Amino acid sequence: MMQHLVLAPIVLPLLTGAILLLLERRHDVRVLRVGAWIGLALLLAVSVALLAQAARGDITVYLLGDWPSRLGIVLMLDRLNALMVLTTTLLAIPALMYACAGWDRRALHFHALFQIQLMGLNGAFLTGDIFNLFVFFEVMLIASYGLLLSGARGERISAGMHYVVFNIAASTLFLIALGLVYGMFGTLNMAELAMRIREVAPEDVALARATCGLLLVVFCAKAAMLPMYLWLPETYARAPAAVAALFTIMTKVGLYAVLRTGTLLFGEGAGAFAGFARDTLLVFGMVTMLLGGLGVVGALRLRISAAYLVLLSSGTLFVAFALAQPGTIAAGLYYLPHSCFAAAAMFLIAHIVQRERGHVGDRVLPAAPPMPRLTGLLYLLVAISAVGLPPLSGFIGKFLLLAAVPPEDTGWVYAAVLGSGLLALVGLSRTGTRLFWRTTEIDDEVDGGDGDAPAAAPPPPAQDAPKVRGLEIAATLVLIGYGVAMTVAAAPILRYTSAAATQLLSPDDYVRDVRGTTPQIREP
Amino acid sequence: MEFAIASGVGVLVASGIYLLLRARTFDVILGLTLLSYATNLLIFSSGRAVVGKPPVLHAGVDPTLANYADPLPQALVLTAIVIAFAMTAVTVVVAMRNHADLHSDHVDGHEPETPGPKRDGDVQA
Repeated sequence: MMQHLVLAPIVLPLLTGAILLLLERRHDVRVLRVGAWIGLALLLAVSVALLAQAARGDITVYLLGDWPSRLGIVLMLDRLNALMVLTTTLLAIPALMYACAGWDRRALHFHALFQIQLMGLNGAFLTGDIFNLFVFFEVMLIASYGLLLSGARGERISAGMHYVVFNIAASTLFLIALGLVYGMFGTLNMAELAMRIREVAPEDVALARATCGLLLVVFCAKAAMLPMYLWLPETYARAPAAVAALFTIMTKVGLYAVLRTGTLLFGEGAGAFAGFARDTLLVFGMVTMLLGGLGVVGALRLRISAAYLVLLSSGTLFVAFALAQPGTIAAGLYYLPHSCFAAAAMFLIAHIVQRERGHVGDRVLPAAPPMPRLTGLLYLLVAISAVGLPPLSGFIGKFLLLAAVPPEDTGWVYAAVLGSGLLALVGLSRTGTRLFWRTTEIDDEVDGGDGDAPAAAPPPPAQDAPKVRGLEIAATLVLIGYGVAMTVAAAPILRYTSAAATQLLSPDDYVRDVRGTTPQIREP
Repeated sequence: MEFAIASGVGVLVASGIYLLLRARTFDVILGLTLLSYATNLLIFSSGRAVVGKPPVLHAGVDPTLANYADPLPQALVLTAIVIAFAMTAVTVVVAMRNHADLHSDHVDGHEPETPGPKRDGDVQA
């Protein structure tokens, strides 16, 4: 029975989503909420069980339909996968909490789409086969189109159009790369590919390089690397807050794919392909980071700066994974969940701010009405965490990354990581000052510039602004709580991520385990 | 035959990209459709172009690729067709909504020479 557990993170949300879709015709949204929470609770239990299983260090390979791995579809579970699945589930909890505060009444099919999105994410993390990676990418994207666009009007539709068209074009490129991979290597299973890529005939190396390059371009596009990030800020800033919070993990799917292929296919033993494209990824990652920092400084709305924080974390992770040292990968895997939680919390806060300020929204303008202290405090905590100041988890992640950078790369990487961090710090401090401190009326701001003291006796918030519900604050607190927990439990988490990095950097074990798993009932 | 397939894929991709770059929603949808046709042809041909050979095993014939067409690309193409079809439907819906809400069939929601509707971030400080 336990061997089928690997399938559960995919099947469970699929079943929950299907049942919720049936229920929603007849039943009230409260019934749907109960169903969604039961599904998510089960998923959390499964994710924790899988993490415990993976933490023992063996790679579980699950043959769907009992076909041998070179013919059929495999799912597999190692430390990296288990971590990603657990991160997804943990992120889904506050996102669902936030949505249950009211958005799920307004968006059609919200709960069903939410579950399908979780299924796509988990499937993309667990599959051991590139074609199924594509299929789960599409499942995830179709659900995300629905989540983004349901109930959308005007500007959001226009941003959605860009998002949909860009992603379909990227998926087409993915398919082209897959066609070439199959034509070149005759397999789409990642373990088999890792074997065959070592034996490429010298005359085919150029074509094989083009094929692998196309594949990486697609992953980088999904992870919003430098030239292909333009879809991200507008889309994420216009998505409903709960959905934007969940979307922060979608760019990480691209990063996961880069890390997986980078270690498995282009590892040290890959002959002509050892370290393929690492230098390019490193350079583009650093530029993406700096650009993300600049975006945070230049953003006119809090949500846009949250979207650029996602970009900043993508760049940081590209750098961590492209350096491909055990230390940097371990630091990156610690930083990855942290950055999801921090960016998601920022999106939620932006939405809370937007509603508390009434007509001014989340624009970075000094304007009345003053905000409640609690919102300001939440913003402060999240900003500290996102920028990477001590004592919260962002600092630990960045510090470990810097400590693990090999000596020959320190110059540029230190400059990029610290420079982008400084830019983000400047941007978020300015935003915070304007949103929470300088809360006098715009007309009184002619003298400007000297940073007024916090308003001594703030008048009560404007009555016309919709009231922020306790559940929304609670969702943000959960995300901040994750950050605090990651800080307190840094040692065990780092032991786990270091073990995951070691496991990733020895792809031979992985290949042996996948090829060594034989069908139990069927004769090959 | 290889030349015919290759040039077919090439022409479809070129037309698809041209239409994508026209920045009109209808053209973009047509462009995506053409691109997906090209992709399907490419995946199909990744199992090598063979004529008159079945993809299903027969008794008494050696199970090698010399006697059969590779069945896997055909299965992949089927998946790709279904997904592309669904995606086209989604794009059509989004494009129609775009047009209904913003009264423009440009992908940005307004003509490039006219200023768009006032953005949220444009307020003067």
